[in-house]
Amino acid sequence: MATLDFEKQFIELDVAIREMQNLAYEWGDNVRQEYRRLKKKRTKMFNDTYNKLTPWQRTQLARHPDRPYTLDYISQIFSDFIELHGDRKFADDAAIIGGLAKLNGRGVMLIGHQKGRGTKENISRNFGMANPEGFRKALRLMKLAERFHKPVITFIDTPGAYPGIGAEERGQAEAIARNIYEMMVLRVPIISIIVGEGGSGGALALGVSDRLLILEHSIYSVISPEACAAILWKDHTKAPEVAGALRLTAQDLSKHKIVDEIVKEPIGGAHRNFDMIAHKMRRAIVRHLQKISLIPIEKLLSQRYQRYRDYGEYQEPTD
Amino acid sequence: MIYSSYEEKKSEKTLWFRREKQPKEKIKNKKLQIPEGIWVRCKGCKEIIYKKEIERNYDLCPKCDYHFYINAKKRLSLLYDEGKYTAFDENMLATDPLKFRDRKKYKDRLKEYASITGLKDAILSTEGAIANKQVVICAMEFKFMGGSMASVVGEKIVRAIEKCIAGNIPFITVSCSGGARMQEGIFSLMQMAKTSGAIGKLNEAGIPFISILTDPTTGGVSASFAMLGDIIFSEPRALIGFAGERVIEQTIGQQLPPGFQRAEFLLEHGMIDMIVDRRKMRDTLITLLNFFDKSPQNTPLPQNQK
Repeated sequence: MATLDFEKQFIELDVAIREMQNLAYEWGDNVRQEYRRLKKKRTKMFNDTYNKLTPWQRTQLARHPDRPYTLDYISQIFSDFIELHGDRKFADDAAIIGGLAKLNGRGVMLIGHQKGRGTKENISRNFGMANPEGFRKALRLMKLAERFHKPVITFIDTPGAYPGIGAEERGQAEAIARNIYEMMVLRVPIISIIVGEGGSGGALALGVSDRLLILEHSIYSVISPEACAAILWKDHTKAPEVAGALRLTAQDLSKHKIVDEIVKEPIGGAHRNFDMIAHKMRRAIVRHLQKISLIPIEKLLSQRYQRYRDYGEYQEPTD
Repeated sequence: MIYSSYEEKKSEKTLWFRREKQPKEKIKNKKLQIPEGIWVRCKGCKEIIYKKEIERNYDLCPKCDYHFYINAKKRLSLLYDEGKYTAFDENMLATDPLKFRDRKKYKDRLKEYASITGLKDAILSTEGAIANKQVVICAMEFKFMGGSMASVVGEKIVRAIEKCIAGNIPFITVSCSGGARMQEGIFSLMQMAKTSGAIGKLNEAGIPFISILTDPTTGGVSASFAMLGDIIFSEPRALIGFAGERVIEQTIGQQLPPGFQRAEFLLEHGMIDMIVDRRKMRDTLITLLNFFDKSPQNTPLPQNQK
């Protein structure tokens, strides 16, 4: 399992505990006592750390290489998944996946960013950074869902839209704008779940929805803390501090009414108990889907519009 | 270092015929004393040009037609009849929802830019007439925090669109922006959805939306309303794209080809309708507005007429 910098303290303790474990049978009571003390200390330290994570630590957890990705959730939560490929215009972008599946026997359209495990897969998936063809594939699938009245469920997990030459040539900005525009008026219910990183426009291009859920240690931001630090502080090492200033944690987003629900993660992060987080997510999706499926589509659309219409804080002194 | 050692040598054996030279710096200073703002170096052809000559020429370089930056107010006066327009929603002020602070407080930055530009945020919402046809134009001001979009810009655009829908008025935007404003974090990102959604309402109402892109239009602005125009056109050489040049160079680890993300590049790749010279911009708008005009003379033949 990959270890984050703030998790190193546990590793040292774990090594000590493991050594003791062997000794406990050779050396009698006092060692056994010390072993229990260490174990208690470890649990306390672990819980204390994860109950008081800083925004930067959450950012690191959201990007954890062992964190469950879109396809992990799809295989655990849904049945009969059939992946569909290509945007019918240029290419198939592996950074975004999508397809048909069933949830409790009902058809749904699933779309999400997909990061890779390991270097090789990450290169083919472009680290979850989509090109225009990825967004256009997503839009094609949404339109397909609309024609057959299937709700759309999107999984968001991307550092951002890919900044490359080809991406610009093929209209990255237009692709994102078009998705946002179309999702605002898509005539089926949409639920989005931020399962890892919600990176700016690339995340929003799959994230316009009737209900936005977020995992406890996921983030959603207009810019990555590193890039923001480089621009405003002229110093990318300030990223940990900037993560706090950007208010990108699930808790901040909930406070600002950007997200509807925080799905609580097992202590230590989603990757430490995947069955549990998948189960919780499934329950949350079913609950929200049941609710919004009952709302007549015209009403749902006007609620969706109003939701985004209301975002923003300003004052208007009259003179 | 070299200079000082030369000085030392000189003082060791001063020659009687060598007059003490004045330090070179003084001459340098003299050169710098030319009053600023009278001459400008053109970024296109590198020629030195008399500034007044540029100002008389729509802020274009008289030699190479390079389009210099102009502020939102000047832009609007070039488009409207007799340069006359009325601004609305002028008093809207940004709050600081995140209590954001980088090297300076966001609130202080806002005040600073307000005093530089005379505006309260990075956009001006206006109404007036172009060739006697009523229009609403939202023009972005780059000098106000890089024309960045946050709560106020989003709200002003949506209100302008609502005005257009209520009065059946064509909607025009002049974009000039680096993208979403970092200091309002997620709220800035949400403005992309907010403005794009409003464009949807405008389309539904059958009202034309003309999006004019100027140098630069990037990030969250190009990735939302600016790229959703029924007609999209740009000034020559304007930088238009999603990601910034530096970000792309860092990601791909190589230098970008010349002309990359310029208006001509976008036209070639099918992303914009046309490139329009600043001197022709008003005329182009008049032609377009004429085409979209809903007056009886311009409506299609009635269905029952055979």
